[in-house]
Amino acid sequence: MKKKLVSVMLCAAMAMTLLAGCGGSPSDSDSAAGGDANAPSQGEDSTSGGDKEQADASADDADQNGSDQATGTGGKSCAILVKSAGNPYNKKMIEGFQEIMDAEGVTCVVKEPEEASAEAQIKMINELVAQGISSIAIAGNDPDALQPALEEAMNQGIKVCCMDSSVNADSRQLFVNQAGIEIIGETLMEAVYDITGGEGQWAILSATSQATNQNAWIDAMKTVMEDEKYSKLELVEVAYGDDEYQKSVDQTQALLANYPDLKVICAPTTVGIMAAAKVLKDEQTDVKLTGLGLPSEMADYIGTDDAHSCPYMYLWNPIDIGRLTAYVSLALVDGSITGAEGENFTAGDLGDYTIEAAADGGTEVVLGPPFAFTPDNIEEWKNVY
Amino acid sequence: MATKSGRVISAQKPFDWKKALLKWEVFLVVIFIAVNIMNAFISPYYLSVNGLFTATSSFLEKSFIVLPMAYVLLLGEIDISVGATVALSACMLGISFNAGMPMGAAVLICLLTGAACGALNGLILTRFQELAPMIVTLGTQILYRGLAEILLEDQATGGFTKVAWFKNLYWGKVGVVPIMFIIFVICAAVFGVVMHGTTFGRRMYAIGSNPLAAKYSGIQVQRIRFIIYTLTGLFSAVTALFLASGMGSARSNIASGYELEAISMAVLGGILTDGGKGNFPGAILAIFILGFLRYGLGLVNVASQLMMVIIGLLLIVVVMAPNLNLGRFFKKKAAK
Repeated sequence: MKKKLVSVMLCAAMAMTLLAGCGGSPSDSDSAAGGDANAPSQGEDSTSGGDKEQADASADDADQNGSDQATGTGGKSCAILVKSAGNPYNKKMIEGFQEIMDAEGVTCVVKEPEEASAEAQIKMINELVAQGISSIAIAGNDPDALQPALEEAMNQGIKVCCMDSSVNADSRQLFVNQAGIEIIGETLMEAVYDITGGEGQWAILSATSQATNQNAWIDAMKTVMEDEKYSKLELVEVAYGDDEYQKSVDQTQALLANYPDLKVICAPTTVGIMAAAKVLKDEQTDVKLTGLGLPSEMADYIGTDDAHSCPYMYLWNPIDIGRLTAYVSLALVDGSITGAEGENFTAGDLGDYTIEAAADGGTEVVLGPPFAFTPDNIEEWKNVY
Repeated sequence: MATKSGRVISAQKPFDWKKALLKWEVFLVVIFIAVNIMNAFISPYYLSVNGLFTATSSFLEKSFIVLPMAYVLLLGEIDISVGATVALSACMLGISFNAGMPMGAAVLICLLTGAACGALNGLILTRFQELAPMIVTLGTQILYRGLAEILLEDQATGGFTKVAWFKNLYWGKVGVVPIMFIIFVICAAVFGVVMHGTTFGRRMYAIGSNPLAAKYSGIQVQRIRFIIYTLTGLFSAVTALFLASGMGSARSNIASGYELEAISMAVLGGILTDGGKGNFPGAILAIFILGFLRYGLGLVNVASQLMMVIIGLLLIVVVMAPNLNLGRFFKKKAAK
């Protein structure tokens, strides 16, 4: 019996210590403010969502929860839910989001599923709804599968926007687009044209076949390619590395084996481009690489000579996406925008933005054009992100 | 304990069953209560009837696999093709629905697909009895997943939300109680009664304890194995229905890793992989322990990597603890 008791207590103690490490410890003064300030905003939620327990619980016990350290701004808490944990690009996006939330004194909740699946994201959305969050910013693992869960969240009065990889128009109020789809398609196509010298075989190494952003860019590239100028270019295959390093390596090796005349691989994904760069270097082929990659990961592979496979590549600043998403979340929560076309808002240092109609029938704000990383500027950027 | 002939059969007599309940299920109840107290303590949002019922939706859909998986483990076998069966069944659901069939027919096709997958496992395993279930179901796992990928070619198939009753399978509620919860309780009750209250259940225990002895006692071992594998496939398809209802769509890569989650829940519930051991209520308790633990940690936004560590530790500690206890009990008896 003793051992049974001891093991139960050990188990509980272990869980508690682990939790104590990450839960954060709100000070007493915070909790007092939190209790008061929290009540009205929760009250609003409860009238629209009809969840009385939540409102009561939050008013009474706001001091217990590390994620609910309400400050002077009325107990708002905004969540960011990325595609998966362990991806440096997502980390940078979170960093930007968190920076703005901290500066504005709003509680920031970060959710990273252990695997890049819609199932895991649905579970996390339900958890966020249950803790009475003010807004959810999500990078969708699937455009449609999250719709029922996100609609449920919006019915509860929670503001929903998405960034990086959009969910369908019915599942969101606004999409924070890193760069216009057409402009990415044109830029990447131009890069492929330039690197191949205008003719020959090329292939695309994408992430998952369901990634909304990837498919939109690939479609945009295909549209651009219909132009007479690109008629001598042959797209031999779109390979899917699922944003897993090893699978991307395998797919790259398969491309090299299957298409001996391949000239260029275009990988519009940070995981894919890095895996491809590694393979191209190891195999010492003269196949070239471009796409969208993180400068810190790609710095060693960028160069114009034969030893480097990637002459140049593009990306936007994921930190800026996080920042813009934070401003959008805040504006949605305080009601200054609703996500309708034509509305304007100011995103701090990023400047003024106008909400535009998106290709999928919803609305979006576009961060800006993609940024080129060349051998000349990679040194200064590789330490940034 | 021993019968007059001196044989010990672990098919349970009533008083024996009670004893086992005291040792193992009560232990799980204690853990369950501890998890709930801890959750209520760390999150002010935890103790909300609405929230808790919503939380059950997050784990009950995959828990339908645990029910037949308990049977499979009780036989001393394993089925790791269930995740792939879920994916294939869900894909068949989507394909038949989008081919213009009414939802009812699509649901039937989904269930038939699952049952067929399970039956194929059962057929191979009963015809070629020397094969290890682990290897065979590993093979069919790859086969089913591959078929699903061929059928959908990396694409999603969706639009299920248009059918209101189908969407309500996952999202619908009677009062505060989700429909899925009610269905799960009914299924669990039936599975529990079959395991503990019928000859079929006692035969499963007999097979799990000693298949050869069971065969010589006149039990149709292979028929029971076949039925149970088919049942596992069928309930994988039930999981596919709820999953498809929850997401409103299906893809070939859904439900990956469900087999291990189902197995770990059953094992935590005391249904050990050696066969012939364990009680059904334990498995149900384990489902709720793991589910609520995840939910509680999720409410305070514990990082998912850390959550995996905590759940892994809990599994090890809980499975280890009673083994230590058993040793002590025997020592005490010997001393007396």
